[in-house]
Amino acid sequence: MNLVLAIFKREFAAYFATPLAYVFIVIFLFAMGAFTFYIGRFYETGIASLAVFFGYHVWLYLFLVPAIGMRLWAEERKSGTIELLLTLPIPIWASVAGKFLAAWAFTGVALALTFPIWLTVNYLGDPDNGVIVASYFGSFLMAGGYLAIAAAISATTSNQVIAFVVSVVICFLFTIAGAPLVVDFFKGWAPIALVDTVASFSFLTHFQTIARGVIDLRDIVFFLSLIILFLGINVVVVDQKKAG
Amino acid sequence: MIEIENLTKSFGPIAAVRGIDLKVAKGEVLGFLGPNGAGKSTTMKIIAGYLTPTTGTVRITGIDVEAAPQSAQSVLGYLPEGAPAYGDMTPHQFLNFIAEVRGFSGNGAKARVATAAEKTELGPVLSQPIDTLSKGFKRRVGLAQAILHDPPVLVMDEPTDGLDPNQKFSVRKLIREMAAEKAIIISTHLLEEVEAICTRAVIIDRGQVVTDGTPAELLTRSRHYNAVTLCVPAAQAARAKELISAHSKVHSIEDSGEKNSFVTLTAFPHHAELIIEDISAMAAHEKWDIKQLYAEAGRLDEVFRALTTSDSDRARERNESVAA
Repeated sequence: MNLVLAIFKREFAAYFATPLAYVFIVIFLFAMGAFTFYIGRFYETGIASLAVFFGYHVWLYLFLVPAIGMRLWAEERKSGTIELLLTLPIPIWASVAGKFLAAWAFTGVALALTFPIWLTVNYLGDPDNGVIVASYFGSFLMAGGYLAIAAAISATTSNQVIAFVVSVVICFLFTIAGAPLVVDFFKGWAPIALVDTVASFSFLTHFQTIARGVIDLRDIVFFLSLIILFLGINVVVVDQKKAG
Repeated sequence: MIEIENLTKSFGPIAAVRGIDLKVAKGEVLGFLGPNGAGKSTTMKIIAGYLTPTTGTVRITGIDVEAAPQSAQSVLGYLPEGAPAYGDMTPHQFLNFIAEVRGFSGNGAKARVATAAEKTELGPVLSQPIDTLSKGFKRRVGLAQAILHDPPVLVMDEPTDGLDPNQKFSVRKLIREMAAEKAIIISTHLLEEVEAICTRAVIIDRGQVVTDGTPAELLTRSRHYNAVTLCVPAAQAARAKELISAHSKVHSIEDSGEKNSFVTLTAFPHHAELIIEDISAMAAHEKWDIKQLYAEAGRLDEVFRALTTSDSDRARERNESVAA
């Protein structure tokens, strides 16, 4: 556990040691505002709720979370520090967990910095704060899901651009797994159980339940098991690369 | 302390390491020599647990690296090729991170970081980001990281690469000081480094050990071993050449040309016999006005070239074997 903490601290500090963290946070907050106020027409709807705001999280995360995750392993491979990391007496799972948690905490910081909009909506009206808390929680969980995917993809390459693009594509497929684009592809030939399984991977569906303020255990379990699955894949990928 | 048995490593069709057996004991400094691509770095990466071998085992202080990587890595100090370090950190932060990972905390960690920084003379740059440091300092940050926990086994891939002569001198001094208590493997392209710090030299070529001995033993295999070089006035050169090459112990003589009206001659003995005494007696008897006369110690680069192949030869062979 101490090792996970050591990796976590190093990784978390690394975000802030370069302009990366600040650039990311500014763009994240700016994009959130733009989507919510201009495209989502937050004022015009006249409803004291953050549903519009959270509705765009899925689509923002789709691009911004892979941007955080792409460096996790690809950068280490490029600069050669992975050789240092893997020859220190640290089990691979501890490095994987420490890196993931640091990146997740960083997205948490970015998400927490959207608090003015919460203040705004409370100033303007009388929203259901329980729903908002649930939505923040769900949003954070979903970010973790995207991040676990991006981290596992990052471990396969030393090229951050490839890591980013592939992560976006895979995250996109997970996002819309319940939509006709994906379901129709399986419908013709796959058994109905498989089609349903694929459809059940949809981030969109799971997040929409949480964003309505319903914390369903199944959605929490879904995101947590997805995170664990991809961290497991991450460990296997890093370990397999040792075989050359 | 380090035991390598029947180690092989293939990357697809390319065999990088083809059966290496080595044992390194406490007190030994083993110099790993070989042309680029001979398998030095691959072998070191396997020892450090960064790569898994195709076959064979590596044990560090009796611990199997593949079976128990963390235990093996905790008694090993490893400097990877190019001395990678997290560029966004300062040496102080970086060494603290290493100390934490190595299980030190509080004052123990502080003392370790301070000692490692002092031994590698990092003092003046401890709070500058590593990315902004010169090559010499970066290399020493890597060294500091490797020796921080005072490991019984040290493996360093080109520890003095990119250092200036003063820095090389101090790093070599540091390695010599640690040598008695540790088993050390270093790889290097600098043959003078082998003579300066290694108690044992292993040359590998195409993934196999081609020779293993003390640097002095290697030198005896050089053509120049016990050869005699003398510098005589140009006017006396012809006579000197004639007399020396007629000597029964002399195999051949080479003329390196005239410079400032002096000619430099090198006489090579049969079977490394000692000929300096005979030649110096001859010079005294003939009253040559000799500027220089000395016996050669042997040249490692000659031994190295004789035992190894160039990278273009190896690439050609590889292409042929893949084509076949």
